[in-house]
Amino acid sequence: MIPTLLTVLPALSTDDNSWITFDIPSLMQNFWSATFDGLTFGSIYALVALGYTLVYGVLNLINFAHSEVFIMGCYGVWFTLSFLGFGPSAPNLSLGSIVVNLLLALIVAVCASALTAFVLERLAYKPLRKRNAPRLVFLITAIGASFTIQYTIFLVRGPVPEQALTMFKPTPIFDVFGTIVDSQQLLIVIAAVIMMVVTERFISKSRTGRGIRAVAQDPDTATLMGVNKEKIIITTFVIGGILAGAAALFYVMKIPSGVQYNGGFILGIKAFAAAVLGGIGNVRGALLGGLLLGLIGNYGQILLGNSQWTDVVAFVVLVLVLLLRPEGILGTSLGRSRA
Amino acid sequence: MYRKKVMTTLAAAATLGMLLGGCANQAATPGGSTSGSGGGSTTVNIPALTSIETPKDAVLPAGNGKATCPSTTTLAYIGAETGANAQLGINIFNGIQLAINQHNKANAGCQVQFKKFDTEGDPNKATGPVTQATKEADIIGVVGLPFSGESKATGNIFEQQGLVHITPAATNPTLTTNGWKTFFRGLGNDAVQGPAAAKFMTGKLGAKKVYVVQDDSDYGIGLGKTTSDGLGSALIGTDKVTTGQKDFSVTISKIMNAKADAVFYSGYYAEGAPFDQQLVAKGFTGTFVGPDGLKDDQFIKQAGSASANAFFTCPCIPGELIPTFESAYKALANAEPGTYSIEGYDAATVLLAGIDAGNQDRAKLVNWVKTYDKDGLSKHYKWDDKGELQAPTVYGYKVENGKIVPIGAIGQ
Repeated sequence: MIPTLLTVLPALSTDDNSWITFDIPSLMQNFWSATFDGLTFGSIYALVALGYTLVYGVLNLINFAHSEVFIMGCYGVWFTLSFLGFGPSAPNLSLGSIVVNLLLALIVAVCASALTAFVLERLAYKPLRKRNAPRLVFLITAIGASFTIQYTIFLVRGPVPEQALTMFKPTPIFDVFGTIVDSQQLLIVIAAVIMMVVTERFISKSRTGRGIRAVAQDPDTATLMGVNKEKIIITTFVIGGILAGAAALFYVMKIPSGVQYNGGFILGIKAFAAAVLGGIGNVRGALLGGLLLGLIGNYGQILLGNSQWTDVVAFVVLVLVLLLRPEGILGTSLGRSRA
Repeated sequence: MYRKKVMTTLAAAATLGMLLGGCANQAATPGGSTSGSGGGSTTVNIPALTSIETPKDAVLPAGNGKATCPSTTTLAYIGAETGANAQLGINIFNGIQLAINQHNKANAGCQVQFKKFDTEGDPNKATGPVTQATKEADIIGVVGLPFSGESKATGNIFEQQGLVHITPAATNPTLTTNGWKTFFRGLGNDAVQGPAAAKFMTGKLGAKKVYVVQDDSDYGIGLGKTTSDGLGSALIGTDKVTTGQKDFSVTISKIMNAKADAVFYSGYYAEGAPFDQQLVAKGFTGTFVGPDGLKDDQFIKQAGSASANAFFTCPCIPGELIPTFESAYKALANAEPGTYSIEGYDAATVLLAGIDAGNQDRAKLVNWVKTYDKDGLSKHYKWDDKGELQAPTVYGYKVENGKIVPIGAIGQ
């Protein structure tokens, strides 16, 4: 069946170049760089995915406006760095001042994203909760909020991306089997993983974290047991916002021209897919899903011959995983202790 | 527990510091990393062009000043005035406006009206404005539409209404294979641009190993193919990317492993600019070449200092080097002529010359353009029976000090 398909399908293509290849030598040759780049982008997906997962865990709501929470963080980074004098070329600064500048940008981005998430929750979702609106209404509101934020940015900043800013020039740190790992990749992966571990610890160990899990498991009982549900919900949104803000810094570091009114859309969809892949509602699942999505897309596009396969491969894997494990790889379990 | 959190945070900060340490030290040593790693090593230095030759007997909009025509005679521009690619449209209609102003000033007896219709550059939105324009009987000639997609979508409407239109920018070769009698292309197409680009890379730029990357648009696919064919054995690999893609790391890894000394990107600047920026960030030191879809200041803005390694090919003439045109355009638009301004101006001139010669209805004006055989300010205009120009020219451009400057005709 499949071999027949593979011989028939190319005939349908209008392109007379080879339609699909199974380029094993190329995969071997590019394996390590695809792995490191996949992990780098995967960590960014994972940070954004956490925002989807946490809110889903607590409210059973897919917060489609989370991609705009993320893009507001990108604008935070952009405004801070251009205010600090960063430009299209890598600045010639000492180590200390780069660290200080990036930390400043991080703080502003985190504040911008967290504030957006906060306002979003208060204006868009809380009134609906008060009136006991059906779940579909939340979903539509989320999409509406997403468009509202996107086009508000469009009105203020216009359709074109902001001037690209370079934070620092990536430099080789070490090499693995002949492939160089640079400072940018290492920084992004390590910082993202640390943030996710901290979040995971916070949710499983702290008092607020217990509250989050209690509300996720059973909001009514949690309220009876003295958990302030409204406070927990807003905290969850803000945590998601903080992580999205951090993701924004790493994203702009990697894609300097990515600050655009609709720049969060595709990344948001990928992050959402990562959350579903790992098991939506599951904090470790978001990490696993993000990294896997980054890797699978990269391996797939090398094996099948060109970049246009990235999303095809990633989403086919997503569908297959969901067929076998509808709850995602690690299952949906923010409420249970596995979170 | 709280202490543990503080420890982790500190550890995170420390790691961040260490990592950045590596880069800051290295960035400081090789005498200012600002020049970009692409600058110099394999990049060929081709001097910028400072003037171009204009045809001596070029037809100008003013004509002989004795023309007469009904006061309702109207020419129209149909194309983007707003939307993501609005700048291209603005460049064009300012060129047309300039031609009409010069014509009307010289010819008191023939005041041609000018109307603009906005398509936003979108094939899905173009049919409305085109239908509206073709219904207005006073409009006897059109300059537009600028883009290939919208031209493809609306060519039939012009054909049915017998309304002549000259596109100043659409380059997809298949547009002239539809049998339309009212469609004329005022510049070279991608069947000319691709081979010219290939010859430019292997010739002037001295590239031995060229990697071709194309996007998923009609324009990118078509041009990618003609360029690849032109490269022959110098082509060492191809990749395809998607519109909206932001991360090109795998494509770049393949390019680096193939040890390419030039990359040709067949598509638009929205993807081309981040692609070039990531290439240079990964240590690519060769040249980056793109077609007219990349030739915009937006490319430099989005690629940052990486754009120093970029060259462009374009079937458009550098209008900014024709002094009389440049100063008149600047006075009108308060900006330098952009990509395709001169093409818009010349196309309008062809139509105005027709009106002045007494071709004041649609059928006569179509016929006028069909048999036209004269010099314009930018080049000679004579169309074949399909509506393609004979002997169109492709120009090369490069980035110099953050600006796009012409380096002369290529591919001959």
